[in-house]
Amino acid sequence: MIKTSTTVGSDWGYAPAPESADHFKLKDHYGLFIGGKFAPAVSGKRFKTINPANEKVIAEVADGGEKDVDRAVKAARTAYDKVWRKMSGRERGKYLYRIARIIQERARELAVVESMDGGKPIRESRDVDIPLAAAHFFYHAGWADKLGYAFPGKSVAPVGVAGQIIPWNFPLLMVAWKVAPALACGNTVVLKPAETTPLTALLFAEICQEAGLPEGVFNLVTGAGSTGAALVNHPGLDKVAFTGSTEVGKAIQKSLAGRGTRLTLELGGKAAHIIFEDATIDQAVEGIINGIYFNQGHVCCAGSRLLVQESVEQEVVAKLKARMETLIVGDPLDKNTDIGAINSKAQCDRIRDYLKIGEEEGAELFQTQCSVPEKGYWIRPSFFTKVAQSHRIVQEEIFGPVLAIQSFRTLNEALEKANNTPYGLSGGVWTDKGAKIFKVTRGIRAGVIWANTFNKFDPTSPFGGYKESGYGREGGRHGLRPYVELS
Amino acid sequence: MSRNGTSGNNGRLDVRKTYKMLIGGAFVRSESGRALDVMAPGGKWLGHVCRASRKDFRNAVVVARKAASGWAGATAYLKGQILYRAAEMLEGRASGFREVLQSIGLSPAAAKAEVAQAIDLLVYYAGWSDKYLQVFGAVNPVATPHFNFSVTEPMGVVAYVAGEKRPLLDLVAGIAPIVVGGNAVITLSTGRAAVAAMELGEVLETSDFPPGVINLLCGLREELVGQMASHMDVNALVIQGGEVKEHGAVRESCALNLKRFFLRDQSGKEDEDPYRILDTVEIKTTWHPVGG
Repeated sequence: MIKTSTTVGSDWGYAPAPESADHFKLKDHYGLFIGGKFAPAVSGKRFKTINPANEKVIAEVADGGEKDVDRAVKAARTAYDKVWRKMSGRERGKYLYRIARIIQERARELAVVESMDGGKPIRESRDVDIPLAAAHFFYHAGWADKLGYAFPGKSVAPVGVAGQIIPWNFPLLMVAWKVAPALACGNTVVLKPAETTPLTALLFAEICQEAGLPEGVFNLVTGAGSTGAALVNHPGLDKVAFTGSTEVGKAIQKSLAGRGTRLTLELGGKAAHIIFEDATIDQAVEGIINGIYFNQGHVCCAGSRLLVQESVEQEVVAKLKARMETLIVGDPLDKNTDIGAINSKAQCDRIRDYLKIGEEEGAELFQTQCSVPEKGYWIRPSFFTKVAQSHRIVQEEIFGPVLAIQSFRTLNEALEKANNTPYGLSGGVWTDKGAKIFKVTRGIRAGVIWANTFNKFDPTSPFGGYKESGYGREGGRHGLRPYVELS
Repeated sequence: MSRNGTSGNNGRLDVRKTYKMLIGGAFVRSESGRALDVMAPGGKWLGHVCRASRKDFRNAVVVARKAASGWAGATAYLKGQILYRAAEMLEGRASGFREVLQSIGLSPAAAKAEVAQAIDLLVYYAGWSDKYLQVFGAVNPVATPHFNFSVTEPMGVVAYVAGEKRPLLDLVAGIAPIVVGGNAVITLSTGRAAVAAMELGEVLETSDFPPGVINLLCGLREELVGQMASHMDVNALVIQGGEVKEHGAVRESCALNLKRFFLRDQSGKEDEDPYRILDTVEIKTTWHPVGG
């Protein structure tokens, strides 16, 4: 008897193709990295970092407190005053080139650890996160001795000591986005990685040692939200850079208000992804998939709101469903995996809450039928139809593989809906008409717009938001501005 | 300002001017009906100006928001010509402005210098209109087959609190970079500077700025600055002068909608600075594939 099935996966399954993890050895526990040396937290406390795909503990990590933050800021200040600010741009740049090279050399190890610690598919860690992290250092290395050309008519000086807080969705890449421009411009750094994904930042600290980076130029304090608060509130900082939720970003701005410390914020988003009837629909469907299911939807610039022209709505939704059914959800270390594990239990619960909220609001939920592992945190690729502009699943950032689909008739209606959220980080448009592309890309109030593509990143390309998605840019010439003092 | 005289030359009674604010292209009094006394440095009473209410500010935001998209869409050439037109209008009324500035306490030399600088500053920023994008925009050489470029776009509605030190110049130095960046602006002038501001309204209103692009209020700083910082439909707040304590409170309120906040120095050394234009514009980066 011939087995019939509507899904491709069940007829043509893929054999497992796991990436090996035997070419490196992680330590049982990691200290803080302060003044060029690893050391335990003053309190002696540690926390566990787990693999969200199997809930196993990978390593223990020092839980930094106020005293540790203070030590780190002082180390950064000393390095700034005695070494880094005095060093020529050319020499600073050479350190960054070294770091870029070592990231490339250790790329496979970094990719595997990234996928183990954060749950993202190895294909993405290997092909996106790690190569882009290296590219960010390579790009910024070259700026270090050319900053005068970035700011015509001005003389350029570093800002001082920067406190930087990064999220868990692109752990090493966010290290690069924050640290590379800061160091290139002559600042020193205290970085706090997310508590669920500290490992590649710790490996980065090793890389700084291997590169011979002067002690105290880069300091790492691991911990949770309270560690981040201790860093933000430390009076010794000249600059704070934060990537994370809009809620926390606002709280940081408030707590820094009295001090006037420089601040840049890269916050949440709820990007509209607009599909016109004259788009190449098959390509657009690939774009939608990449827009919302890349990195489990843990992407601040994710195309989480699909706006599709009414005349092609049925076709797009049908093709989207068929394509979604081919997505493989499972072991992040398997090279066939399209969608990995949700980063943490807390985030998984949050996404499930939104799935419930969406249904309670009256929207219609679609989820793929794929199987998911028993252990670990998983959400099947999902979308909602029959949603209204006022629904919470349209207005609020879910940060998971959940798409809200709306339709529109005219270009102006699409723009009206696209801009009708407090966010303004990114947006996308698919059409084969050149003039329409420019009209729409101009009309979307957001900092990054993808036309006939989505979720592309590059160190030369400025990234950052309008409105409540934050302020300041990262990458490109514009990304240097937050890290220099002009006079 | 010759409002204090009960009789002018030859026994003729002066016709006094009632100073009004400029909101949405109309000269209006405060909706609150309140007024403030303006005093000369020696303590002599000079006249009244409006005391704008928080409601006046909110009204101004509504008209500024309406005007913002049209102004943002105006060509750089047109925006430049309108700023230049403002310089022409101010030049034509230079002697009147010198008198006004002297009446509020500036020396003749200082008044003359300030008016001249204000005119030249308008010309300076008029010239930036079709150039700052070329200086601050970029085509970015990404490592994938995409055409990638970054342009400036106006933020939208910007509020500006002017200092009092240079009654005319502080206001012009604030407005010019904001509007040349394609934003609509609502300004607040206080104390003696309010008189110069209300005079400037008459210049700007005859310079072809679309109604609502520039809105000039006057009133009490401590009464209005909090509303300006907390208003949810204002994109940026630029402040000159004020106390450290006020700046802290304002920054805190700006967090409500992540309003961009900038503190302007009053030395005058940075009046001519294209990076001020950059403060109140956003950078938008667009990707497009290159292929068949």
